[in-house]
Amino acid sequence: MVTDADLDEAELERQLARTWTSKPGFWGAIASVDHKVVARRYIVTAFVFLILGGILALAMRLQLSQPEARFVDADRYNQIFTMHGSNMMFLFAVPVMEAMAVYLVPLMVGTRNIAFPRLNAFSYWLFLAGGLLLWISFALDTAPDIGWFAYVPLSGPEYGAGKRADIWAQMITFTEVSALAIAVEIVVTVFKQRAPGMSLDRIPLLVWSMLVMAFLVIMAMPAIMFASSTLIMDRLVGTHFYNPAEGGDALLWQHLFWFFGHPEVYIIFLPAVGMVSTILPTFVQRPVFGYLPLVMALIATGVLAFGLWVHHMFVVGLPRLGESFFTASSMSIAIPAGVQIFCWLATLWSGRPVFKTPLLFVIGFIITFVIGGLTGVMVASVPFDAQVHDTYFVVAHFHYVLIGGAVFPLIAAVYYWFPKMTGRMMSERLGQWAFWLIFISFHLTFFPMHILGLQGMPRRIYTYQPDLPWAGLNLFVSLSAIILSLGFLVFFIDAIRSWSFGRPAGDNPWNAPTLEWATSSPPPPYNFRSIPVVDDRNPLWSQPDALPVSSGLRTDRRELLITGVVEALPEARESSPQDSVWPFWAAIATSVMLIWSIFSPWAVVWGSIPIAIALIGWFWPKGEAEDES
Amino acid sequence: MSPAVSGKGPVRIFEVCCVAALLAVAVAIGLLRVPRQYRTDPPVSAALDAIRLMPSGIGGAPPEVYFALNQPYENTAYDMSQGKRLYSWFSCASCHGEGEGGAGPSFLDGWWLYGPSIVSIVASIRDGRPHGMPPFRDRMTIDEIWQLSGYVKSIGAYSAKTTAPGRNDDRQNRPAENRSPAALLFNEGPSPVHPEQGPSP
Amino acid sequence: MRAPLILLPLPVLLSGCGGSQSALDAQGYSGALLRDLIVLIVVVCLVVWIGVMIMLAWSLTRRRDGQAGDSRGSEQRLGVWVSGAVAATVLIIGGLTILSFQTTRSLDRAGDPDLTIRVRAQQWWWQFVYEDADAGSFQTANEIHIPVGKEVRVRLESTDVIHSFWVPSLGGKQDLVPGRENLLTLRAERPGVYRGQCAEFCGLQHSHMAFFVIAEEEESYRQWAATQRQPGAQTGEAEASAGKAVFMARRCAACHTIRGTGATGTTGPDLTHVGSRRTIAAGLMDNTRGSLAAWIADPQTLKPGNNMPLVPLTGDELRQLSAYMESLK
Repeated sequence: MVTDADLDEAELERQLARTWTSKPGFWGAIASVDHKVVARRYIVTAFVFLILGGILALAMRLQLSQPEARFVDADRYNQIFTMHGSNMMFLFAVPVMEAMAVYLVPLMVGTRNIAFPRLNAFSYWLFLAGGLLLWISFALDTAPDIGWFAYVPLSGPEYGAGKRADIWAQMITFTEVSALAIAVEIVVTVFKQRAPGMSLDRIPLLVWSMLVMAFLVIMAMPAIMFASSTLIMDRLVGTHFYNPAEGGDALLWQHLFWFFGHPEVYIIFLPAVGMVSTILPTFVQRPVFGYLPLVMALIATGVLAFGLWVHHMFVVGLPRLGESFFTASSMSIAIPAGVQIFCWLATLWSGRPVFKTPLLFVIGFIITFVIGGLTGVMVASVPFDAQVHDTYFVVAHFHYVLIGGAVFPLIAAVYYWFPKMTGRMMSERLGQWAFWLIFISFHLTFFPMHILGLQGMPRRIYTYQPDLPWAGLNLFVSLSAIILSLGFLVFFIDAIRSWSFGRPAGDNPWNAPTLEWATSSPPPPYNFRSIPVVDDRNPLWSQPDALPVSSGLRTDRRELLITGVVEALPEARESSPQDSVWPFWAAIATSVMLIWSIFSPWAVVWGSIPIAIALIGWFWPKGEAEDES
Repeated sequence: MSPAVSGKGPVRIFEVCCVAALLAVAVAIGLLRVPRQYRTDPPVSAALDAIRLMPSGIGGAPPEVYFALNQPYENTAYDMSQGKRLYSWFSCASCHGEGEGGAGPSFLDGWWLYGPSIVSIVASIRDGRPHGMPPFRDRMTIDEIWQLSGYVKSIGAYSAKTTAPGRNDDRQNRPAENRSPAALLFNEGPSPVHPEQGPSP
Repeated sequence: MRAPLILLPLPVLLSGCGGSQSALDAQGYSGALLRDLIVLIVVVCLVVWIGVMIMLAWSLTRRRDGQAGDSRGSEQRLGVWVSGAVAATVLIIGGLTILSFQTTRSLDRAGDPDLTIRVRAQQWWWQFVYEDADAGSFQTANEIHIPVGKEVRVRLESTDVIHSFWVPSLGGKQDLVPGRENLLTLRAERPGVYRGQCAEFCGLQHSHMAFFVIAEEEESYRQWAATQRQPGAQTGEAEASAGKAVFMARRCAACHTIRGTGATGTTGPDLTHVGSRRTIAAGLMDNTRGSLAAWIADPQTLKPGNNMPLVPLTGDELRQLSAYMESLK
C-alpha cells in the first residue's frame, strides 16, 4: 500500500497520473469516468443543442416576420416550437447547468472525482440518446407537435395521432433519468467529499446553489416522470389517467407537469445565481457581501419553488381562494430574489470592478433579470395574468428570466472557467463584441414582445392576419433576432478558436479565491496532487502562497477522502470506481428498452434483460474493500 | 503539461466524430422524411375513386395511385385517426356500435361479409350494401371514405398496427384499435353471425 | 372611472374583419379594471427597476478612495442599506398582492346575467348557442352579438381539446377544458367590434381560431337576435336557389345545418345565417362572395388540416353555392 505521505512531488504526480488517467483510444474515451471528461462532453453536447434550438428560433422568427407568411407550414411550425421549447429546457438548459456542476463541484470542494462516477458516465450516454431520439424524429417529420408542456387531451391518444407525443414523453424519461443521476451524485459529493475543514459555512456559493438545484431535481423530476409515463400508458395500453369519462382528469396533467415545470425554472436559475455569486467577487476583488443571506435566499427559493406551480394554471378555472394563495406565494419569491440582487449590488458597490467580459455579462444579467423578475411579479397576479397568460408577454417574460437570468451568467461562467477547463484564455476583444451584440440585440428582440402580448398576440400561433396590428413589431423582432444570433456566433467562434489557439492561462488567471484555481489548468485527472485543507471561505485569498494539504490517500488505487456532513472532518478513505464500458452498454440497453416501449408494452419485460446483464457487468464485485475508516 | 492535456486529443476527436456522425445521420434521415398530407389533390381524389371491384362486389383492386401513395390509408396514423373521427361524425356507431355491431354487422367477430380487403370496405361505404347499409358517396368525399375504411379495417385487425389509433376520451367498452381488439375479443369466442345481419354471401 | 355610454355609430369604429384585440384598448367592465391594474403595476415596477438601475450605475461608477472600503463600519452600513432595500421589496410585494386581491374581488361581483351564451369550442372554430327558453334558442359560429351594458354569462365547454376564450378588450381569458364547464362574464361598455382568439394551443390551426364579439345597443341586438331565430332565408334569386340544390346534393348537408331545410349535419358550423356574419372560417377571411367561393373550393389550402374536406365542384356549382351562402342573411 502506497500513500501520498511517502512520496516526493514528482513521484506522487507520476503515480497519481498512472492510477487516474483514462486509457487512450476510442474505448478508453467511452469507458472514462473522469468527471471532467464527462462534464466537458456534456457541455459541448448541450451547446450543440443550443445552436440547433437557436436555428429553430430563427425559423420561427422567419415565419412570423410577415403576416400569413408561408415559409413554414402549420404542422412544421408546431413541431418547431415544440422542439425549441423541449430542446432548450431538457437538452440544453438543465443539462448544461448540471454539467457545469459535474465539472466544478468536485474541484471546488477539493476532491478527486465525483461520487458515483460510473453513474455519471451512464447519465451522459442516456442524455445523448434522448437528444438523438428527439432530433432524429424531427428530421423524420415525426417530431412532437404538442408544445413543450404537452397538455392532454391534445397529446392524448385521441388527438395526438402517431408516435409524436410518445417520442416527446420518452425523451422526457431519458433526460430526467440522466438529470436525477447527476443530482444524486452532486448531493453525495457535496455532503461527503468536501476537503477537510470546508464546513457548511465555508462551502462556495456555486456549490450551495448546485446542492439546492440537485435537491430540486430530486423532488421535482419524479412528478414529470410519472406524468410522461402515464401519458404513454394512456396512449399505448389505454389506461385512463387523463380521460374524464372514465374518472381521469385533464387538469391532473397540468398539476403534475407544473409541479415539475415551475421548479424546473429554478433548477436552471439557481445554478446561474451561484455562478454570479462566484464570478462577481473575483472581479471586484472582495468577498461576496452577505454570504449567509445569499445561502438562505437559495434555500428559500428552492422551498418556495414547490409552492407556486398553480400560477401557470390561473385561467383553467380553479377556485378563487386557491388562486389567491398562489398569487401570494408567487409574489413572495421576489423577496429572496431581491435579497440576492441587493447583496450583489452591495458587493459591487464596495469593491473595485474590473470590467472583463465575465463581469460585463454579470452586469447584463442584473439589468435583464430585474426586468424578468418584475414581469414575473406581474404575471403572479391572477387578474393581470388573465390578460397576458399565453400571450407574447409571457414569452418575453420567460426569455428575460431564462436568457437574461441563466444564459447570461452561463456565458459569463464559460468566459470565467474556460481557462480552467482548457488551459487557455478566451479573447477579451471578441468577448466584448459578443457581450454588446448579445445584450443589445437581446433587448431589441424580446422587449417588444411584451408590447405584442398586451396588444393581444397569443403564443404558439404560426401566423397572424394582416389586419392585426402586430406586423411591424414582429418584423422588427425578427430582424433583431438575426443580430442576436450573430452575437452568439461571435461567442462560439471565440470559444472554438480559443480552445486550440487561446493564450495560455496559468493556474489562476483571475486571482480567484476558490479551490478549483488551486490546481493546474486544465486540472490533471486526479484534480489535486494532495487534498487541500480549508480554513476560510476564500482559501486562495487567505492563503495566497500555498494551501495546507492533507495526506494519507493511497496512490496505487483510486481513493477519495470522505468527510463529515457538517464540519467536514475526515472520516474514511473510499475507493473510487475504475473506468468501465458497462455504463455505456447499460445506457444503450436502457435506450433500446425505452424507445421500444413506445411501440409495445412488452418492451418493458424483454428489454429489461439486456439492462440486467449490463448492470451485472457494471456492479461485478472487485473482491476488495470499498472503504477503510 | 499535465497528463490531462495529452488525454484530451482522442477525446476531442471522438466528440467531433460524434457530432459529425449525428449530423450525417440526421441529414440522411431527413431525406427519408414523410410530411403529413392534409390536402389530396383533386386528380388524386378522382383516381382514388376508380376502384375496380369484382362483379360479385367482393374484393377487387385499389387504383394504382393508392400504391403510388404508399397505401396511406392503411399505414399512416394521421389518416387512421381522421377515420376514427369520421366514424363518430357520420354516426357509424348507430348501427355498428363501437365495432361490436348492432343493426349492422360487427367488425370484431372475424367475419367480413364482403371480404376483408380495403377495396371492399371502400365500396361498402361508398356504394352501400343490401340490408340497410346506405351509400355515403353523397355525404363524404372519396378520401374521407378511404380514411374511414382504413380505420374500420384497423378495428377488425388481428395484429394491431403501431399506427392504429389509441383509445378515445370516452367511456370504454372495448380495447382500443392499437390493442388489436378483434384478436382479444375473438379469442374469447367468436360471437355468432347475427341472423338480422342478413344472409352470409 | 367608467366612461359614460357614448352612442357611436358602428361603421365608424371598424371596417373589414379587423376588430380591437388589445388588453390596453379596454371597452368592457372587466377589461377596464384589468387595464387599470396593468398600468398601475407596470408603473410601480418601472419605478423599482429604475431605482435598482440607479443603484447599479452608482456602484459601478462611483469614485473609489485610495483604501479599499472593507472595514467593519462600511460593511455594517451596507448591511443596513441592503436590509432597507429588502424591507422595501417586502412592502411593495405586499402592496401589489393586496391590489391584485382587490381587483379579483371587484371582478367577481355577482349579478344575475341578462343573457346566457353557451360556447362549445372545437378544433378550430367556435360554436355559440344562445339559450333562451322563452324566445327559442339559436346557434351561431365565430360571432356573437351582445347588448351593451348588460351582463352576459358565457358558459365555456370544449368538445375536444383545451381551448381558451379571450376577448382582450372586454376582459381576461378563461380556458375551455373537456369534462368541465367554466363561466365568464362579459360586459361591454361601448358598442364596437371586439376580436377574440383562442389563447391555448389547440393543435394544427390554433392560429386561425378567432371570433368576434359585436356589442350593440339593446334595440339592434334584439333585431339581430330575432333575425337569427328565423329559419334560413328563402331567396327568389335563381342562382342562389340553384346553390341550395347543390348544397343538398353535394355533401355539404352532411356536416352543416341550415334550419328550415333538409340540411341537419352537426359536425360543422350552423350556416343558417352565414351570410350575416362578418367573417368566415373562424376569422380567416372577410365574408364576401369571392372569399366564400375560395373557401368552398379549397379549404385545405387556406387553412391546412381543418376538418372541412375539399369537395370537387364545377365552376357553376361553386358560383351557385357561394351565391346561396351569401343570400343566407
